[in-house]
Amino acid sequence: MAVVGRSLLILGLCACLYGIGASIYGARGGGRVWVDSGRRAMYVLAGMTLFAFVILDVAFITSDFSYNIVATGSSTTTPTFYRAAAIWATQQGSLLLWVLLLSSWSSLALFLTRRRIPEIVPYAQAVLFALCTFFTGLNVLFANPFATSANPPAEGAGLDPLLRHTTMMIHPPMLYSGYTLLLVPFAFAVGALISGRLSAEWIQVTRRFALAAWLCLGIGILLGARWSYTELGWGGYWAWDPVENAALMPWLCVTAYIHSIMIQEKRGMLKVWNISLILTTGTLAIVGTFLVRSGILSSIHAFVSDPTLNISFVGLISVMVIGSLYLVIWRKDSLKTDARLDSLISREAVFLFQNLLLVALTAVIFWITFFPLISEAITGTEVSVGPPAFRPFVVPLAILVVLLSGIGPIIAWRRVTVAKLRRSLTFPAVVALAVLAVLLAFGSIGPHVFALLMFGAGAFVIAAVAQEFYRGVRARRAMTSESPPVALGRLVRRNRRRYGGYIVHAGVAFALIGVAASTSFQDSRTATIRPGQSVMIHGYKVRYVRATASATAQKLSFGAVLNVTSGGHHVTTLTTSYGLYPSQDPTQGPIGRFFNGSAESRVGLRAGLTQDIWAVINPNITPLQGLIQKGNAVLQKALTNALAQPPAARAQALNQLYQLRDIAIEKLTGRFVTNPWPATFLLIVSPLVTWLWLGAIMAAIGGLIALWPLPPPRRRRPALRQRRRELAPEPEVRARELV
Amino acid sequence: MDPSRKRAIRLTIALTVALLLASALVYTSFASGRDEFTASQLLKRAKPGNSYILAGTVLDGSVHRDGPVLLFRVRDPKLRMSVPVRYTGSVPDPFAAGRGVLVTVREGETSTFIGEPNSLTTKCPSKYQAAASN
Amino acid sequence: MAFVIVLVVVAIAVFVISAPLRAHRDHRRQEDPEAARVAELEFARDAKYREIRDAELDLRTGKLSPEDYGAIDRTLRAEAIEIMRALEASPAPHEE
Repeated sequence: MAVVGRSLLILGLCACLYGIGASIYGARGGGRVWVDSGRRAMYVLAGMTLFAFVILDVAFITSDFSYNIVATGSSTTTPTFYRAAAIWATQQGSLLLWVLLLSSWSSLALFLTRRRIPEIVPYAQAVLFALCTFFTGLNVLFANPFATSANPPAEGAGLDPLLRHTTMMIHPPMLYSGYTLLLVPFAFAVGALISGRLSAEWIQVTRRFALAAWLCLGIGILLGARWSYTELGWGGYWAWDPVENAALMPWLCVTAYIHSIMIQEKRGMLKVWNISLILTTGTLAIVGTFLVRSGILSSIHAFVSDPTLNISFVGLISVMVIGSLYLVIWRKDSLKTDARLDSLISREAVFLFQNLLLVALTAVIFWITFFPLISEAITGTEVSVGPPAFRPFVVPLAILVVLLSGIGPIIAWRRVTVAKLRRSLTFPAVVALAVLAVLLAFGSIGPHVFALLMFGAGAFVIAAVAQEFYRGVRARRAMTSESPPVALGRLVRRNRRRYGGYIVHAGVAFALIGVAASTSFQDSRTATIRPGQSVMIHGYKVRYVRATASATAQKLSFGAVLNVTSGGHHVTTLTTSYGLYPSQDPTQGPIGRFFNGSAESRVGLRAGLTQDIWAVINPNITPLQGLIQKGNAVLQKALTNALAQPPAARAQALNQLYQLRDIAIEKLTGRFVTNPWPATFLLIVSPLVTWLWLGAIMAAIGGLIALWPLPPPRRRRPALRQRRRELAPEPEVRARELV
Repeated sequence: MDPSRKRAIRLTIALTVALLLASALVYTSFASGRDEFTASQLLKRAKPGNSYILAGTVLDGSVHRDGPVLLFRVRDPKLRMSVPVRYTGSVPDPFAAGRGVLVTVREGETSTFIGEPNSLTTKCPSKYQAAASN
Repeated sequence: MAFVIVLVVVAIAVFVISAPLRAHRDHRRQEDPEAARVAELEFARDAKYREIRDAELDLRTGKLSPEDYGAIDRTLRAEAIEIMRALEASPAPHEE
């Protein structure tokens, strides 16, 4: 089936090339049938890629080690779920996933637009095919997932312990979905520029793809943060790593885009801005994909660098940047508009400010992330700027963005009177000031000015959103006499984009309040203690109750049970462990390699609405090293003797030695319990971390609501049709349908 | 006020703010950045008293612990040479021989470079670890 | 076996991709640019209805004064009328 898989990729590449040709030929006068044929080629590409993906996934699940990437990416001892997801942990498999997702979303977009904007679609189709050609070409020419070996190993490489986490299996597909969904509005923007059809039509048909991209990227980023917090032993969720930033930048840009397109839809303004923004966002999606695979920036995430892939990606990014610039400059006259901002006190103005802030945030993150390359180009030396460099810029900009996300919902389009604005702002402003006053009076906030401002801004947003829901329900009930829950449900149902967006704003506010609190008021402590000893942190007494240890062929585990009390009352019991997976380094010795391989921390976590108590152990196995070295020497000598025996006796001798080795390892590991030595614990008490996760979930739900298609507008009554025929000045629309 | 004059004023304000932000960003970057060196660059260009970010791969067989102190060598990506590092502080879980690392170091009194506490970061695994075999 | 599977896939792909080129169906709908224009007008009409609703909602939730709402509503309804006139003038069938 590897041959079938490879053939499918080659056929897919042929379909891509045909699709480009058919789309352009159809657009240039060949007729609609060629465009339709090209669209079907996209369906075929998606189908073929899916088939290839299934073949590869079956190989992973069945542990078919004749496939090279299965041999290096899985093992029979890897749990089935992780085996099924292992396909995208490899370079080749992840590129295949990219093609599958891109062709699938493209198929959906082209199906939905098959009878719309006929001038734009062929060019958009060609662009999507060009991108599919690139990634399929990488798979066919440089990163073949179906390469096989004539002598497959009996057992494959195991799953790296750090990746044995559900979130890390879902994180890549979510990010790739976000990146590939962004390329749909990108392609349609290019199509609009080439065809010259620059009204809001292409935006309307691709808006949902941009929103879906925002949602998927956001979920992907959140899953990565959650993994970092619960799996890695450092207690944080965001490190401003270049690859983290590579996903954040397009997410910020698409956040700006989904707001600014509303201005173009309603007022015909910001055409140049919107088209430039989505072209930039699409390019950043490719830049993000490139960063993960290139190794050009020192990142904890980057895959092994492949120069061939790097050159290919740089080429594609260059084409996208130069092509985008050329197209926008070429069409600059068509992109002009006579519409102007009526007033600075309007929703348009707020959205525009918010856009500028989000783009400024993206520019700051881009500059600092790529600064090593920029500095090398200017000074000849790579200069790294660490995470603290982000704070003075990102935090104030983020506070302003949050504040504007509270003002936007309560201000109307076009213009608002000062009196109306004052009336709308009063309640949220009072709530914000009250929160600030309480915090200043009762909390030791003092020096944490930025955190305080974020709390105030967040409170403002939440109060503003609550006010909007209250006013909307009240307005509906005034017309319909529905009960509040029914009125709320129907209000949201008929105004999904608006109220879904409000929920997103509130969710983001909650999340950023959690970020501000957990980063500014975290209390952490490192302590080296023995069983029975205690350490104080943030008013809690943490007692090391007992050591735990276990040994299996796959993993050694050294752990601890911790009892947390406050004022003599039991708060929680935490269990943390440190896992060691065998190394393949022969210099470590036959016993030593079990104690000096890859490590994985199991965090002891008690998550609460107000704070998290987090603990991780570092057992420090130095006290065992002497015994390990002795064991190495003895076992190595015995192994040498056993290997020198005749074949008939060799197997039995080796089996006996391995059994003795396993017993020795178990006894060594058990010494951590029977003769426990001091272990080092990292203890963290962090306030409001849970608000980050809950806020993000809330934002995701809001995004889903905003994404959900509207019910079709009620069909007009005969009276309206009659009116229209008489060309009456005002169509009749019943008030009931409006809210 | 004339609308075009209003627009000109708004544009001037926006450009001024952007320029100030960009200037602050450029200044901060160059002022607070640390040189990132490979092992060979570090040996050639490191000056006593300055700290640098050392980037490279942990040399196989070089990892030892002496109580709380972690000793390892960082290999140059291109040349066949490495530098010794003496490090205390939190060690990321992915740390192992053969993994890519970044650590902030300064020149020690001997030829060993002293790692700044809690400055060690390690690349995530790009490939799965080989399974245990008998 | 692999060869047979690949052959079947190629046959299906060629059949699917070439279908529009082989079909002699509904040329009027495929080639008729007016149908696409009508679709755009209907979409614009529905979007304008949503804007009218949004403005009404802004009035009822206290964001707009009656005077501002009146001006905005008149503008939006005039734009809606223009779209509906264009729809009425179109020879292609459209949804009511």
